Amino acid sequence: MGQTMAEKLLARAAGREEVFPGELVIVKIDLALGNDITAPVAIKEFARIGVEQVFDRERIALIPDHFTPNKDIMAAQQVKLMREFARQHGIVHYYEIGRMGVEHALLPELALVLPGEVIIGADSHTCTYGALGAFGTGVGSTDLAAAMATGELWFKVPPTIRIVFEGTLPSLVGGKDLILYTIGRLGVDGARGAALEFAGPAVAALGMDGRLTISNMAVEAGAMAGLIPPDDVTEAYLRGKARRPYTVIKGDAGAPVQAEHRWDVSSLEPQVAAPFSPANVHPVSRLAGTRLDQVVIGSCTNGRLDDMREAAAILKGRRVHPHVRLLIIPATQAVYRQAMQEGLLEIFAAAEAAISTPTCGPCLGGHMGILAEGEVALATTNRNFVGRMGHPGSQVYLSGPAVAAASAVAGTIIHPTELK
Amino acid sequence: MGILTGKIWKFGDDVDTDAIIPARYLNTSDPAELAKHCMEDVDPAFSAKLSPGDIIVAGKNFGCGSSREHAPLAIKAAGISCVIAESFAGIFYRNAINIGLPILEAETAARNLREGNMVEIDLEKGEIRELSGDVFYQSVPFPPFMRELIAAGGLINFVRQKKGITGKDI
Repeated sequence: MGQTMAEKLLARAAGREEVFPGELVIVKIDLALGNDITAPVAIKEFARIGVEQVFDRERIALIPDHFTPNKDIMAAQQVKLMREFARQHGIVHYYEIGRMGVEHALLPELALVLPGEVIIGADSHTCTYGALGAFGTGVGSTDLAAAMATGELWFKVPPTIRIVFEGTLPSLVGGKDLILYTIGRLGVDGARGAALEFAGPAVAALGMDGRLTISNMAVEAGAMAGLIPPDDVTEAYLRGKARRPYTVIKGDAGAPVQAEHRWDVSSLEPQVAAPFSPANVHPVSRLAGTRLDQVVIGSCTNGRLDDMREAAAILKGRRVHPHVRLLIIPATQAVYRQAMQEGLLEIFAAAEAAISTPTCGPCLGGHMGILAEGEVALATTNRNFVGRMGHPGSQVYLSGPAVAAASAVAGTIIHPTELK
Repeated sequence: MGILTGKIWKFGDDVDTDAIIPARYLNTSDPAELAKHCMEDVDPAFSAKLSPGDIIVAGKNFGCGSSREHAPLAIKAAGISCVIAESFAGIFYRNAINIGLPILEAETAARNLREGNMVEIDLEKGEIRELSGDVFYQSVPFPPFMRELIAAGGLINFVRQKKGITGKDI
């Protein structure tokens, strides 16, 4: 009996030969992450513990990204608390606007999350790091406080659900479509308490940006982690920029899993999640014609360079529909600059899109693109619950960047190949 | 830990953390402020209708979505003494235990308990008794490690005990 990738990752961090699903283990943390919503609570709880110092000032990342650039006085106070804590404790990885990014785009870009590691973040989308072969998992603020003080945290070892994507993806179908399809099939609690592991030729053919999108939304099926076994693409992505030595960990062939699904995706249509659940997923053609007021391209799910390029390829020489507001948010300063150098920002601006500095902003209805009552948005973000992007009477559809860009031009949801 | 008594407020499956506390209120972590907006987008009058000790009963996957600890904080500060659900989303489960919001996983109870009825809960034993009709349910017991965490009064006190910190808890 072999061990799955999730089990081996947790066993290493627990200092054990092997661990078993259902077991409660205490593991060493390679990196602990907080943002401007969750870190302030963690900082207050950290003070209650009564330790003088953090466990390791190089293994904590504090990223103000949700309400930044500070949207109001209260948000500014929250970030101030974080900044002061970061300075007091000499936290190495604290990044202000102008050099920051949306946390789950920024940390991989800085190669601060590496294969074989256990990364905890007080943000549910910390599962993004599974794309690099790390056990990334979301926790709460009190967990973050405990991790900052001790460098350890408890976990219940998850069983593994393996998803094998067979075949070759059609053009304009990518990581977002694979993960939306998966969530649609499994449901929002279909992988509750489990680790998802993604494999197969359609995943192997994806670049790192597309893989990060897949792992990012594993939590939307209730999963603790969304793991992709490292390969040449992973190694190439990290070459010359990894901040620490690392050890690749993959699962044993034939390790027992809770379930395995094999899906051929050779004729997969672009997928769209309709309100009010990321599991309410349909092929784009079934939702075609839905009228839109706003389109958002960005976030920790789809704000990376490949996403910008995909959107630009469609927006080039076209203009956003007069009834639609298109907001494009490169997820990090580096993505923003590269998009500028490649001329993508010029294409966006010429198409009459609004371009923003990196922020989570509209994804969670925080700021920068809030919806009014009755308004409908299509976003490349990750959640479409009631009120997610603003008024509880507004609606959010979720898609990949190609569908989002094409629909912004059409004014209604459309298959990108049908755009005139 | 002890005996809790309260009125039941029922919710369905997949109650997400945006429903429990919308993100537009997350520019503060003040529990009293968060409590005012608890479940606001589901029922704008919810927090005003509550009496201290009331109990939330919900379906599957309660607390799915974001990791915001503000969700269990808002519920606790609104005066809810316990949440009973068919199942809880992973991060919400951790957060509730960590901050000392009592939660019980009890599938049959979550399905059968009726809104507006009074319920009595023995947290220690995981026993749930619907007072009108005197119907009795048993929740899924916590594993020993979780019981230790709960007995310590949450994760911060647990860490303090483990590290032998005896100074005053601020």
